Formats: sequence, C-alpha cells, structure tokens
Amino acid sequence: MTESTMPESTMPEEPLRHPIKAPHLGEPVVRAIGIEKYYGRNHVLRGMDMEVRRGEAVMLIGRSGSGKTTFLRCVNFLEEPTIGSIEIDGVRVAADPLHARSREHLEQIRQIRIRSGMVFQEFNLFPHMSVLQNLIAAPTKVLGVSHAEAVERAEGYLGKVGLAEKRDEYPARLSGGQKQRVAIARALCMEPKVLLFDEPTSALDPELIGEVLNVMEGLAHEGSTMIVVTHELHFAREAADRVVFLEEGRIIEEGPPEKMLDNPDDDRTRQFLRRFLASPRASES
Amino acid sequence: MVLAAEPQPGSILYQVEASQARARTVFRLKFAAVWVVLIGLLLVGLYATGNIDTAFIAEWGPFILLGAPITVLLSVVSIILATGLAIVGSVARLSRNPYINGVASLYVSLVRGTPLLVQIFFIYFALPQFGVVIASIPAGIMALSFNYGAYMTEIFRAGIQAVPRGQREAAQALGMPERMVMRRIVLPQAFRIVIPAIGNDFVAMIKDSALVSTIAVQELLWRSETVGTRFFRTLEALIIAAAIYWMLTIVFSWAQERLERRMARGDR
Repeated sequence: MTESTMPESTMPEEPLRHPIKAPHLGEPVVRAIGIEKYYGRNHVLRGMDMEVRRGEAVMLIGRSGSGKTTFLRCVNFLEEPTIGSIEIDGVRVAADPLHARSREHLEQIRQIRIRSGMVFQEFNLFPHMSVLQNLIAAPTKVLGVSHAEAVERAEGYLGKVGLAEKRDEYPARLSGGQKQRVAIARALCMEPKVLLFDEPTSALDPELIGEVLNVMEGLAHEGSTMIVVTHELHFAREAADRVVFLEEGRIIEEGPPEKMLDNPDDDRTRQFLRRFLASPRASES
Repeated sequence: MVLAAEPQPGSILYQVEASQARARTVFRLKFAAVWVVLIGLLLVGLYATGNIDTAFIAEWGPFILLGAPITVLLSVVSIILATGLAIVGSVARLSRNPYINGVASLYVSLVRGTPLLVQIFFIYFALPQFGVVIASIPAGIMALSFNYGAYMTEIFRAGIQAVPRGQREAAQALGMPERMVMRRIVLPQAFRIVIPAIGNDFVAMIKDSALVSTIAVQELLWRSETVGTRFFRTLEALIIAAAIYWMLTIVFSWAQERLERRMARGDR
C-alpha cells in the first residue's frame, strides 16, 4: 500500500508542469483529466492529468508499481478509471465508477479505442490468424474498410516495419521481435490518432530489442503521436518529446528528455535514475 | 541447431541409433504379443466351455452389426447438437447477466445431477403425459444431446477461460465490440483447446448410446438383446455387441489421436 511509505502531506497539491514549447506539435489529441484508480481500497492512480498533442511522443518512466502501465491502460479503458475522464480526438469518456454500463458509455469506449492503437508487452497477436489476417481483421470488421483496401494498407505497414515477406506466416513462426513489429503494424492499420505502447520490449530477448525500438523511433520522428511506457532510457532520450516521471500514481516531474534524464529537478527523479542506471538491466541495453 | 552428418556404419552414433531402433521394435512386438495371447486365450477359453453356438453367431451377427450404423448415427448427431448447446451454454455461463447465467447454470446442474437413464425415460415415457409424444430415435438424440451438452458446457467454459486474457484485450483495443471479440477471437481459440475433449466425449457417447436401447431404438445393444433373449443365446449376442463397441471406439480413438497430432503440428 502506498499510504504507508509516502505521507500525504509531502505530496504537492498539483503535479509539477513544464509547458512544452515545441513548434512541430499540433493540437491536443489526448486529454486525461483527473484520472484516479482504486483497486479495492488500494489507491493506485492518485490524480493524473496529461495532455498529448499531435505529433508528440511522450514516454512514461518510473519504478514498477508507480502506476505507469495502469495509467496507459486507463487511456483506452482496458482498465476503467475510478474517477476522471479521457478524451481522444474529440471523443470524451468519463469514468463509470458505479458500473452503470450504459450503451452510450460502452460505445464511447469503443470509439476511443478505435482512435487509439495499443501495442502490448506480450504482443497478443491472434495465433489462429495469419499475419495478414491479424492486420486486416479490425480494419474490415470494425472500420468497414474494403478487403482490397485493408490488404493494401496492411502490406504498406508491414513493409514499413520490414516484414513484407511474412504476410502469410502464422505468428508462432515469428521471433519475438518480429511478432512485436507485426503488432505495431496491426495497430497502425487502424490509422489511430495515438499509439499506446505498454513496455513493448520487456518480453524480448536483449538482441531483439533493437529492431523494435528502431521501428518505434522511426514512427516518433515521422510525427506519430504516442504514449510509451518504457524502461529503455536511451530510447527515450532519442525519441521522446517529453519524458514523464511517475511515482505512487502521480506525475512527479515532466519535461524534455535531456532535462529529465540528465538534470531533473526533483530528488525522487534523481534517485530513480541513479538506482536505475546502477541496475544490471540498464547496463545491458 | 547443428545436425550431425548421416552416421556411418561402425560409428558410435550409428550404433546408438541402431540400438534405440531395436529397442523400440522389441517393445512393440512384446506389446502386440500380450494382446494377441490374452485375446486368444479368452476366445479359446470361451470356445472350450463348449457353450458357444457358432452357428448363432454366423446367423445373427450381421443383424446385430446393422445396429452399428445406428449407434454411430445417434452419436454423431448428438455430439453435434451437444457441441452447439455447449457453445451457447458456456457463453451463457460466463455471462454477467444474472438471468442468462442463472438459466445456464440451472441447466448444467439439473442435467449433471440426474442419471442419463432417468433423462431418457423422462423424455420418452414421461413427456407423453403432457401430450408430447416423441419417437424413439429423436427422443434418444434429445436425451444424449442434452446430457452431453451440459458436461461439454463446462468443458467449453474452461476452454474459453484458458484463452489468454491478452487476446481479448488486444481485440478490445482494436475497437471490436464484445460479440465480435467472442466470435472471432476467443471462441476459435477455445475451440482448438477443447477439440481433444470433444473427441473423448464422442467415444464415451458411443458407449452411453447403448442406454437408448431401453426405449426401443434399434441400435447395437437393442438388437443384441432382442435376438439374444429370443434364442436364449445372451452370451454370444453380448459378445458380438461388445466386440463391435470395442472396434468402434478403437477406430474413433485412433482417428481422434491423428486429428490431435495433426492439430498439434499445425499449432502455430
């Protein structure tokens, strides 16, 4: 439980904000307002606000258990926030703590999911479908794109992740890195407004991490909007427009990667970086 | 993986492979010998009692054998209907709607809590009291489907729950509505998981279908009993029936094993 380790009084009332001044960024695409999440009585997210603008790559870092994955999963309602609201591309969904589960609410959730693509730690490709079928299933069945157009799209994105020749393979015949690249292509095929990455390289063997990060870096530099939960700080430095440090379900500090990774203001961020860089996992990558 | 070159005669790898092959062959031969000897002893023993009427077997064997297609037909139709019931039942058992869930749970509990024979009698002998008269074969199929549908509902439920949660989440994250997630992502994977269990149930049903002989369905056991009692040759008649059941289950178990192996190979 978080309460015992961090007394309420030492927490700032409002999370620290560093206004981002990056000219290439467009209008806000994602708005998370006052997100709180309880598991039973465990207060996992304690009020998170975040705005992500078009073309912005936001990396969430923090200790395990800090709430970064939970927050990301709240953005597309795979995890239902207890309090707060999410807005993606103009579609707003408020938390439904009493589980009224109205039809409109479920439909709104579906609408924000259509507008966001998610890439999971465990890939979660559909094993009973070929790579191509994985890629065209949702565009044809959910968006109503014609089969021919969906195939064309799929081939385009497969080429982009460097796996054009794997279109007829089944996922079990792919390496972990290839699976994750297919998963990225599957998300791209929905042409989402924002990509959500949940520790996309944590399940990969060290030698396969690079190929996935390369694809993601390419996307970031091309101006894809993305929110990434990651432990790869080198990657964050290369690809992030903004790095956000979380602890105990709150945003402690955020800012451009150079500032956040080299010279953060908050003691807790510094402590995290010190410990993280000293750990064997960080020196591996 | 580095494969060694084809071993040359005299090399140690050659000798190891040859001795392993020999050991496998010897095992198979001994295994087959046990079956042949034991079954032979049984037949010789029966014959030696002087009580076996081979003329009866020759004359009525074909009549009993004609029950086999009926047994298989009953089982095939019933397993298909039971599978349909089980798909609906398992989805209902996992439903968050208390009414749907309640109905499905009651069905499973009621059917699993009463003997199959009672269910067969109920449908064939008791329903006519309400004016519902069902011919023996449809009644038999109904009883078997209902019964197996309940057991298979639980199997399918376990199969659905065995599909990793991430599969459902990935489909939801792509914006698929609940029904589509179930039909296109979860059920096809659950189905692959439960196919071996359906095969087992099919073989079990071939044997359980003998119970519908009690409502005059002219399947294997009914034919065997009918001629056996008429000519006071129950032993021979039952031996014939038992042998046919046994052959049927051997054939279908073998087919199931092959299907499973093929699926395991295709398991991607």
